Amino acid sequence: MSCLLLQIWLQPDACRQLDERSWDLLVRQARHANLLGRLYFVFEQQGLLEAVHPRARAHMQSAATMAARQHQAMLREARILRDTLAALGLPLILLKGTAYVAAGLPATQGRVFADVDILVPHERLGEVESQLILNGWLSATHDVYDQRYYRQWMHELPAMQHMQRGTALDVHHTILPPTSRLKPDAAKLIAAAIELPGQPGIRVLAPCDMVLHSATHLFHEGEADNLLRDLSDLDLLLRHFGAEAGFWAALVARAEEMDLAGPLRLALRYASLLLATPVPADVRDATGSAQPESLDAIYLRVLMPHHSSSTDRFARLARAALYVRGHWLRMPPHLLAYHLVHKALWPPSEPPRPLDAPPEPQP
Amino acid sequence: MKVGELSPAEVRRALTGPGLRVATGAFNCRMQSEVGGIAPELARLYTHHELLDDAAFIDFHVKIGASRGLRRWVRPQALFTVDEVSPFTPLPQDQALPMMEWGLNWCISAYSHHLLVLHAASLSRNGRALILPAPPGSGKSTLCAALANRGWRLLSDELTLIDLRDGRLHALARPVNLKNQSIEVIRRFAPEAFLSTPVLDTTKGTVALMAPNAASVQASAEPVWPRWVALPRWRAGAATQLTPMPQGEAFLQLAENAMNYHILGEQGFAALGELVDRAQGFRFEYSDLDEAIALFDRLAEQEGA
Repeated sequence: MSCLLLQIWLQPDACRQLDERSWDLLVRQARHANLLGRLYFVFEQQGLLEAVHPRARAHMQSAATMAARQHQAMLREARILRDTLAALGLPLILLKGTAYVAAGLPATQGRVFADVDILVPHERLGEVESQLILNGWLSATHDVYDQRYYRQWMHELPAMQHMQRGTALDVHHTILPPTSRLKPDAAKLIAAAIELPGQPGIRVLAPCDMVLHSATHLFHEGEADNLLRDLSDLDLLLRHFGAEAGFWAALVARAEEMDLAGPLRLALRYASLLLATPVPADVRDATGSAQPESLDAIYLRVLMPHHSSSTDRFARLARAALYVRGHWLRMPPHLLAYHLVHKALWPPSEPPRPLDAPPEPQP
Repeated sequence: MKVGELSPAEVRRALTGPGLRVATGAFNCRMQSEVGGIAPELARLYTHHELLDDAAFIDFHVKIGASRGLRRWVRPQALFTVDEVSPFTPLPQDQALPMMEWGLNWCISAYSHHLLVLHAASLSRNGRALILPAPPGSGKSTLCAALANRGWRLLSDELTLIDLRDGRLHALARPVNLKNQSIEVIRRFAPEAFLSTPVLDTTKGTVALMAPNAASVQASAEPVWPRWVALPRWRAGAATQLTPMPQGEAFLQLAENAMNYHILGEQGFAALGELVDRAQGFRFEYSDLDEAIALFDRLAEQEGA
């Protein structure tokens, strides 16, 4: 399986040798991985924009512009949500993409996303939901099964959407479903969250927790849509925080403490394998991230862009295995069987859509 | 080599096989279709377009898929995909040809935020462009098709592309979408133009596509400076009337008809500001196409003097 996107990602300078057809392929693979906007920044940082084929550059610029627009909208939502939660005396804790953008981390670059993710204490969840509804956030799904599924078994409320602005919101009370095999303590994450300088009332997870959440999310995910994008987030977070003294030792210790050593091992393994993320040798040894994994057969496939040019004949099987694995980790067997049977009999009706695409036109 | 130089069988083979690669102004497209029946009309609509070789960069890899299974026989459907992603729901298969055009327009509005994209027709004369922004039903496409058949160069009938760096307009020179009564109006007005067989009962009513002429297609790589913005309105029995529009109003009208003004933010604001500085704004009311064309011809001549 060769993937042009990864080759160029690791060695942007090699773009000077690309012919038109390869540029074409690069744009398509990057778009499928939701990394087209970020690719623009990769070339920009290397001073290579002039070497990029003008047509390819236009596509990358377009995607970067779309991402920048989303960031602006997300920051506005964050300020509104801060005020909404302030009425309950709660700080706003942002997660994932929204957190990277608010904190101005390098993982912001070209990051496209579908929703705002926030974390609230489990015991305040009911109050928070009422307060959000009063402020125009409504549950996006009316499916009774989905409502029950989220409320009983998941780590988040069913997705909400603002009735005027249309923004999607995920309200988490922890980072893994309570039914999962791993049991990280959300109270510890909330206690360690850091207020952003100059943005009173807006917090993000502490660096180690942010990395662990990103890793946990990525390696519990059952849908393969954005995995490479998420791995790239991890890569950028690790490169950024890894430069701080004491980060790596703290990360390994925190992973043990939070019951998240497994996701961290996988994160370090695939980030260094695919994106050449620099991981200190002692951390590799301590986590065992250099050891081959039986999961390699799945992850080395599903992490590729979902494009026929970068997948092999086992890719479909790998994605199916990922789906089962994602659910297996999240629920005990009897629940899993029940859920999969339900989803097989009543499959979701909406097909997935590209993140950076505008709504369906009225032709 | 041009599409028109291929035999009908070659066009069909390309379309149902590796794809027909054509340059359409600012964008290169590769069109594939499992619905082979659209080949003859598609070939005539794109007859003047330059074919691209296999090595060329393609902006949009689009495909019309045919339904499988039971749907092959019972109410067959066409599904549009761009590079293996289908952004919208299938349509009845007899709408496959207009779907290709709608799909390509969707690609442009989804993936071209390096440009300011207006929902407007645009044409040019003597190197100066006229922009016709308008909501549906205003007679924009009819006026655009009429001008394109009387010596004006067609840039685009649906999406006007403005370069964010210098403010010039890029052409598409793709087929013009005609709806309902406009089809008959243009048939009578320009019997020499090729119109595809009307497709009934689409969400826009009856639609037919008009082929752009050779001159428009040949010039499609050349950008043009914007000179006039006219907001057209067709009204039965109306006298031909061109009324100057204040700059502020022109700005708002253009912003309202922009596809990605809100996405471009500050850049979009600056680009629209430059546009209304460069181009004179008008409201334009008409009922007679010949009079309308005579008026725009005079406008272009005054400019040339």
